[in-house]
Amino acid sequence: MEDLWTVAVAVFQLWIFVVVFFITLPAMFGLSLGVTSVYIQILVKLLEWATIRIQRGREEQPSVPAPLPNGIIERAEGSMEEEMEQLRRSRSLEGGEFALSDALYFCKKGLESIVDDQVTQRFSSEELASWNLLTRTNQNFRYISLRLTIFWGIGVFVRYCVLFPLRITLAIIGLSWLVIGTTLVGFLPENSVKYWLSEVVHLTCYRICARALSATIRYHNKENRPQKGGICVANHTTPIDVVILANDGCYAMVGQIHGGLMGVIQRSMVRSCPHVWFERSEMKDRHAVTSRLRAHVAAKTKLPILIFPEGTCINNTSVMMFKKGSFEIGGTIHPVAIKYDPRLGDAFWNSSKYNMVSYLLRTMTSWAIVVNVWYLPPMTIQDGEDAVQFANRVKSAVACRGGLLDLAWDGSLKRGKVKDAYKEEQQKMYSRVIVRQNSISATHTRRDDQS
Amino acid sequence: MGSRASRLLREEEIEEIKKETGFSHSQITRLYSRFTSLDKGENGTLSREDFQRIPELAINPLGDRIINAFFPEGEDQVNFRGFMRTLAHFRPIEDNEKNKNPATEPLNSRTNKLLFAFRLYDLDRDDKISRDELLQVLEKVDVEQKMSIRFLH
Repeated sequence: MEDLWTVAVAVFQLWIFVVVFFITLPAMFGLSLGVTSVYIQILVKLLEWATIRIQRGREEQPSVPAPLPNGIIERAEGSMEEEMEQLRRSRSLEGGEFALSDALYFCKKGLESIVDDQVTQRFSSEELASWNLLTRTNQNFRYISLRLTIFWGIGVFVRYCVLFPLRITLAIIGLSWLVIGTTLVGFLPENSVKYWLSEVVHLTCYRICARALSATIRYHNKENRPQKGGICVANHTTPIDVVILANDGCYAMVGQIHGGLMGVIQRSMVRSCPHVWFERSEMKDRHAVTSRLRAHVAAKTKLPILIFPEGTCINNTSVMMFKKGSFEIGGTIHPVAIKYDPRLGDAFWNSSKYNMVSYLLRTMTSWAIVVNVWYLPPMTIQDGEDAVQFANRVKSAVACRGGLLDLAWDGSLKRGKVKDAYKEEQQKMYSRVIVRQNSISATHTRRDDQS
Repeated sequence: MGSRASRLLREEEIEEIKKETGFSHSQITRLYSRFTSLDKGENGTLSREDFQRIPELAINPLGDRIINAFFPEGEDQVNFRGFMRTLAHFRPIEDNEKNKNPATEPLNSRTNKLLFAFRLYDLDRDDKISRDELLQVLEKVDVEQKMSIRFLH
């Protein structure tokens, strides 16, 4: 028994040595041994081979269904007016204002949205164009080839028995360092040394956490990085967005105070650096929130605020409505677009399906997280533009840069119902179609009368 | 999505639905995926609230009536068979479809498509709306094309 114990202790010591010296310390200084990039290159090649193999298998066995990441039905892209024109061309316009066949348009649109709609699919994980050898994305897998199954088996072993313990160790080291480091820095008096130390602690901790997810982050346009006194807005996919962005700069976080482990972390972070945490009751009071943020921004020396205007996690295929609250604070907006590579790991947090712990476990047992971050040039509100238009302008810029679909729908539709105002919009649009048809036929008859 | 459904679809059921509605095997599994993702209560049936959770349907002016078309007389729940039966009205008409049993029309025939549209207006189900209007629609509108949804595979 004694020998077993000494062996276990020796293994553990070796393990910690490897983790600390080969991963944690280089990570803290922003260096890398290059192991992760080699790993990702191998993975990408493997997944490309798997895609080709599956396609071949699909040709041989026609019963294997094909994945359809872009929707399952053909949809006509025309506007309401164009579609109505087509429906009505088969009968003369003089007949009247309303044609019974108009109903067919709404009927078809309604059934189309029942089969496949643009909004509810954004609240669940994206369907991949091809299987990426993870059990969880195995939608319609049929047995195709022995080699694929072997690779999948090796993948399970590597992910759960090799990578997962490593990542858990790193995560624990990273978070404990954050709590301890920020508490220690909090004891210093307010001077420039404290700010510098606080930045160092935050940066090193987030770098360790990024390693804990095997995250490869590519930053583009670093010259547009958010400056002090500005507001950084980004599209929201997962709580990990914070780690991704904070790897390259220090931000003042905004959010609700939680209980438990999150609460401990939040409370220690605010000791070293002025983050903006709200109590749950304060969040309801929009004026209080806005004024506190405004005060933070006005002091131009404070770190830029990080806000996610969508308000909830979306599955990274589209950008949904940016809530205008963040755009009413004033100050310069620095938009950032974040796009995850879905093949190597699904970063989206489906909060109705998984809680935080199971989400983190799933992320730590995927292949890796590969993400591209684009910093966009700063934008400010222009004359004659209100907060909503400004928000839409920023949203389009972010969607365009990140290669995401720009949707006007509200992310809170995940949990709530659609407002009646939108239904009235549709009714107004339709009545405009009828009235226009009516005025055209009225002009015709008037001309006939005159001639 | 996929096999995480609370109840998997059995092969015999897929065959029955295929015979009744004419959808292909993969289309039926896809639609079952969609059915289960809409079924938040996970009890194998959809209620009116489940449909109203689709924003694009909620803003459709005929949304409520379309939802009503799924529910048989006096019922509040629709199961997958009923769901498919209603969707079958919108399957495109294939040129090479041979009607093996000429006595019963397929669910997606021109007449049945029009009957579906008609029932949207005939809320009290007494089979009456203005006859002339309906005749005009019968003559000139390309119903097969306008009341069909094409799948991408």
